[in-house]
Amino acid sequence: MLWAEDLGHRYGAVRALDGISFSLTPGQTLAIFGPNGAGKTTLLKVLAGLLHPSRGRAHIEGGRHAVGWIGHQSQLYGHLSVLENLRFWASLYDVDPEGAVFARRATDLLGRLGLEALEHRLVRVLSRGQLQRAAIARALIHDPRVLLLDEPFTGLDRVAAGELRRLLAEEAAEGRVTVLVTHNVEEGVELATEIAFMRGGRFVQLGARGGRDAAAVAAAYREAVPGA
Amino acid sequence: MTLAQRGRWITGVALLLLAGVYVRALVFTPEEIHQGLAQKIFYVHAPAAWSAMLSMGLVGLSSILFLLVKDPRYDRFAAASAEVGTAFSVVMLTTGPIWGKTIWGTWWTWDARLTLTLFLFFLFLGYLLLRGAVTEPGLRARYSAVLGICGLVLLPFIHLSVYLFRTLHPAPIVLKPSAPSLPPEMLVTLLCSFGVFTLLYVGFVTLRYAIGDGGERDA
Amino acid sequence: MRKTLRHAWIVARKDLLLEFRSRTAILSAVVFTALVLVIFEFGRDPTAIATLDLAPSILWVTFSFAAMLGLNRAFQAELENQALDGLLLAPVSRISLYWGKLLANLAFVAVVETVGLLLFTLFFNVPVGHILLPLVGVIALATTGFIAVGTLFSAMVIRTRFAELMLPVLLLPFLIPPLVGAVQVTAKLLAGRPLSEVGGWLRLLLAYDIVFVSLASILFPSTVTE
Repeated sequence: MLWAEDLGHRYGAVRALDGISFSLTPGQTLAIFGPNGAGKTTLLKVLAGLLHPSRGRAHIEGGRHAVGWIGHQSQLYGHLSVLENLRFWASLYDVDPEGAVFARRATDLLGRLGLEALEHRLVRVLSRGQLQRAAIARALIHDPRVLLLDEPFTGLDRVAAGELRRLLAEEAAEGRVTVLVTHNVEEGVELATEIAFMRGGRFVQLGARGGRDAAAVAAAYREAVPGA
Repeated sequence: MTLAQRGRWITGVALLLLAGVYVRALVFTPEEIHQGLAQKIFYVHAPAAWSAMLSMGLVGLSSILFLLVKDPRYDRFAAASAEVGTAFSVVMLTTGPIWGKTIWGTWWTWDARLTLTLFLFFLFLGYLLLRGAVTEPGLRARYSAVLGICGLVLLPFIHLSVYLFRTLHPAPIVLKPSAPSLPPEMLVTLLCSFGVFTLLYVGFVTLRYAIGDGGERDA
Repeated sequence: MRKTLRHAWIVARKDLLLEFRSRTAILSAVVFTALVLVIFEFGRDPTAIATLDLAPSILWVTFSFAAMLGLNRAFQAELENQALDGLLLAPVSRISLYWGKLLANLAFVAVVETVGLLLFTLFFNVPVGHILLPLVGVIALATTGFIAVGTLFSAMVIRTRFAELMLPVLLLPFLIPPLVGAVQVTAKLLAGRPLSEVGGWLRLLLAYDIVFVSLASILFPSTVTE
């Protein structure tokens, strides 16, 4: 469903990615931990097609249509309502905003995210938590098979973070592939089926999570990436 | 020999030759009958304008190559060429009006060459300002390349606009330096001057390229 | 191709909807245009110089400002919540993005210019009814030229320091051919000259539009992708 082969990215002397390879099948969630500057966001951008790698290849089955991105910015337009935003983004993904498929998905997502009452509210008046949930709805409205998450827990309080984790687990259970990138080990471990430690543009460790809990993974991380 | 040394050599030789051309122009080239001494500015003006245009042309070309290949060296070259081009434009834009004022009493004429150089100057200025306003090198290079290519494509349109404007609004009869129809000494001086200015361009750009990232490395 | 146009239209419609909702930009632009015209009106001495001589320059200074104001807001909305990244992630071609922005900018500036032209004829008592069609034509041609290049540049300057200052500085040389042409044609039209006299300028304007819309379409991806 998603694979990367010897990905490299450099500009001039700066090497942001240096030989990344991995592959994921439906239902798997890869959590990538690494310090700032390790190249995590660059990797996500290459996977998403926002950046062209200088070498190697990445492939996501279904191309851009199949990718949803959740970062710490909402990517929503303040002067449009939640529903109008969903309609706009859906139409860019060739989902007919007047059609039944959209209507069903929108209702379903808004329900699961607790946003039904807010569908006609302008985004600019939403609270931080509501905004984050609306952003998730935006990311999922076109039913992406692959989710890319760039430090998604940044700025979320514990309740919101817990909700996000619950939602991501649901999505994974439905067979989505998720790649989650963060510098905070505790946040991403529970969701992960595979774990990678990243530093200097490379994976210093890549493997199944096994039964390890957050503490064990954190310890392994500190050992593999000293000073992180 | 390192690039910087080579650059210094070429520039040094070119400057010497430039002095030589000046001497030749002032002393050994006959005065033009109608325009007199004033006409001799032409030997500096035309080549300076040519160098400015050459600079822009190479900025444009280098920009296209950069966008195709993404090699940062093309970006460095374009930047060096733009700086040198700015210098040549400034030379022409300052010597032109000064000469004009002393000889004909007007600071500015919408002479085709002068006008084109003025807009070249604005293009170069914009290019350098853009580079100054972007800190990330990859972004800076891409933006500069886009601007460089647009600038190159703009030049023929400016030329056309000036041409159309002047055919509809003939300039007042002001003596302006132009190529006299040419006894061999004048032609030779002119060609020498073109050659020297081109050499100057090569020397300056080599030097600037060699100094390279020095001025632009981000913290 | 049709998909490209459809996506461009979706982007443009979103921009126009946003504009309509917030209304700040369009109102500021219209007010500013009116202000400029008022200043010209109070600044002139009708006994010294005939209106007809100044009219083309006044009109085009006003329209240039309108174009600048329109361009300044072009990518603002995308910057707020990094919606630009969202647009780039979507399976939408970069060219669709450019065309969408171009259409939205043109629509915005068209509204401001319409109001400007109306106010102009009112304040300066310049009759334009008999030349309305060619006048609108030349306005459309020249404006498209500014906006084509301006849309491309505004994508770049949003990520620079001093964005609002950079845009006019970068754009200035590119305004010259369409402006000079527009002023010349407008002057001839107002003076009642036949269209055949300005054929050269009109061809220049058209060539400029075609060349720069194409060039900008080709170069736009480089300003947003890496």
